[in-house]
Amino acid sequence: MRVTRFPARAEGLADRVAGFIAHLRMNGWVLGPAETAATLSAMAAVDATEPGQVRMALRALLAADADSWKQFEPLFDAYWFNTGAIRHSEAKAHVRTQSARPLIWQKHLNDHKGPDGGAEESAAPETPDTRGDDDSAEGTEGRLIATQTQALTRRDLRELMDDETLRAAEQAAVRLARAIRDRRSRRQRQATKGPRLDLRRTLRASVARGGEPLDLFRKRRPERPVRIVALADVSGSMTIYARPFLAFVRGLVGADARAEAFLFHTRLLRVTPALRDTDTLRAAGRLSLMAEGFGGGTDIGGSLAKLYDGYGRQFDRRTVVVILSDGYCTGTPGALAEALQKIHRRAGRIVWLNPLARWRDHAPVAAAMKAAAPHLDAHLPANTIEALAALEAEFAKL
Amino acid sequence: MTPHLDLQSQLALTGYVADESVAMALHLSGALGRPLLLEGPAGVGKTEIAKALAQVMNARLIRLQCYEGLDASHAIYEWNYQRQLLAIRAEGAREDALFSEKYLLRRPLLEAISQPEPPVLLIDEIDRADEEFEAYLLEILSDFQITIPELGTIKAQSRPRVILTANGTRDLSDALRRRCLYSYVDYPDRAAELAILKARHPGLEPKLAKQIVAVVQALRAEDLEKKPGVAEMLDWAAALAGLGINDLGTDRAAVQATLVCILKTAADRDAAPPEMVERLIGKVA
Repeated sequence: MRVTRFPARAEGLADRVAGFIAHLRMNGWVLGPAETAATLSAMAAVDATEPGQVRMALRALLAADADSWKQFEPLFDAYWFNTGAIRHSEAKAHVRTQSARPLIWQKHLNDHKGPDGGAEESAAPETPDTRGDDDSAEGTEGRLIATQTQALTRRDLRELMDDETLRAAEQAAVRLARAIRDRRSRRQRQATKGPRLDLRRTLRASVARGGEPLDLFRKRRPERPVRIVALADVSGSMTIYARPFLAFVRGLVGADARAEAFLFHTRLLRVTPALRDTDTLRAAGRLSLMAEGFGGGTDIGGSLAKLYDGYGRQFDRRTVVVILSDGYCTGTPGALAEALQKIHRRAGRIVWLNPLARWRDHAPVAAAMKAAAPHLDAHLPANTIEALAALEAEFAKL
Repeated sequence: MTPHLDLQSQLALTGYVADESVAMALHLSGALGRPLLLEGPAGVGKTEIAKALAQVMNARLIRLQCYEGLDASHAIYEWNYQRQLLAIRAEGAREDALFSEKYLLRRPLLEAISQPEPPVLLIDEIDRADEEFEAYLLEILSDFQITIPELGTIKAQSRPRVILTANGTRDLSDALRRRCLYSYVDYPDRAAELAILKARHPGLEPKLAKQIVAVVQALRAEDLEKKPGVAEMLDWAAALAGLGINDLGTDRAAVQATLVCILKTAADRDAAPPEMVERLIGKVA
């Protein structure tokens, strides 16, 4: 049976409880002295010699949301049962990469050798192992570890991030994001602090006051912010555009707290948190971890389908999906069209920024673009920084 | 018998099968006099907890359903202007008579703190109300008193047991979370769900009950827009029982027709086509 061992220096229960609160605080919980006192009174309200009861009681008391509710168990065990490290999942992932490295290397070398590898991967039934790696691509914390093994062979995004000219792309994006985001409705709605009086409502309320307009109601034009979802293609054919496009996406995301950013090649990676990171060095580091697969093949249809499955529910009529890609795709045009159609049903607008659109003989080259065209609201050229900056006028029309 | 298990079995008597940790949270909220915030997916019985608790305590349940634009005049109190006007016109009422309890409309929050016996105050879907309302609520929840300028401060005669529920429509403020005990209510596991079904539909064939729970649990694992909650499961069970179906395996067509009880969007109907449901039923039948 597991027993709590008190260190010799601890003076009693209160001391240990204070230590537990400090332990939680160290793990990022926001707890004040009031919580320590409440913890002690909670322990008086239950049978404090029963670990199960204390666990449930303290969890109800100290957890503040669904995340901390789930974190509590291991943290509790770590402190009261001296189990030490709490990062079970990460530790496991680490051991796996260490012991089975040759095998895993083998797999990834096969998987990502060339453009064909990606198509094969999406077609073949997934083994549990590749599934795990797929998850790692989602970009949530702790799951990045799986990509660490692959990052060595991949391009370091640090080179892609620090360039002077990139600032121009980013600024163009910020202006663009503002142009489409700041929309105000023409209608007026009631608001507590509006610039104008809502006469209709004020008069109606005055009836209850015997005809005296005592309650003044105000109204304003509500903001209808447009949400941007940006997807940048970082496959082999887009390599030369990857730097400015990444800066561009960063600008789009940085300008608005609700925007989301994704990179895709043979799979889709959510990079919003990494691009929002104010510490540029850390952001570059985080992106490098995700950069595995850069410069390989593209599966636009598959990536868009994944976007729809994972995030489609968040789209609404005020969402603008911006896709930055040349349209060269190893997937079938049919799959691309289907994915775009699905997204279009939920999102307000789909804009495709294509670095090749200016080329005269572009249309026949990419069959995928032909299939995609009916589902796009705009297909705009984006081969130079100037072209990106010039998009502002086009976006304002959307 | 420990107090929280005691509470759990009392809740079970009212027909509510509570998780042990929920029972503990309820017990603590009573012992410490703190509000309890319940979060979790829709349809897991968050609102039912308050109803069951009111029944156990034999107390009045006062419910405040939150919505966007909910303001103090709908949640706390309002003057009955029409009656005041009538009183002026008809009786020539004096001013101090106009602002008396007689013309005060008590809304749920004021109602809750002016009860002689402690009631259960359920503030449902708090995340739908605006942030300003949350600030009002904080004041009331910490002091249990309401100030009406014309009347003065009304102190709580008894402390209501406050239960808040949230669905995650918007993030709640840290201040509110800090004042509340917290419990995350998830979908019940197979055994618990079976117990709920037994408590609510005692007459159901044990075999059918097992099948229903197994299918619903399997459906929750699928990628659905609206996962069927406990309420939907109970509806479905009632529908099946009403049709006189004793085994999901026998009358497939009727079973398919009753799926409207648990699959509630067109997308989910597509995501769980008849063949898939057949397969699920085949597995459990």
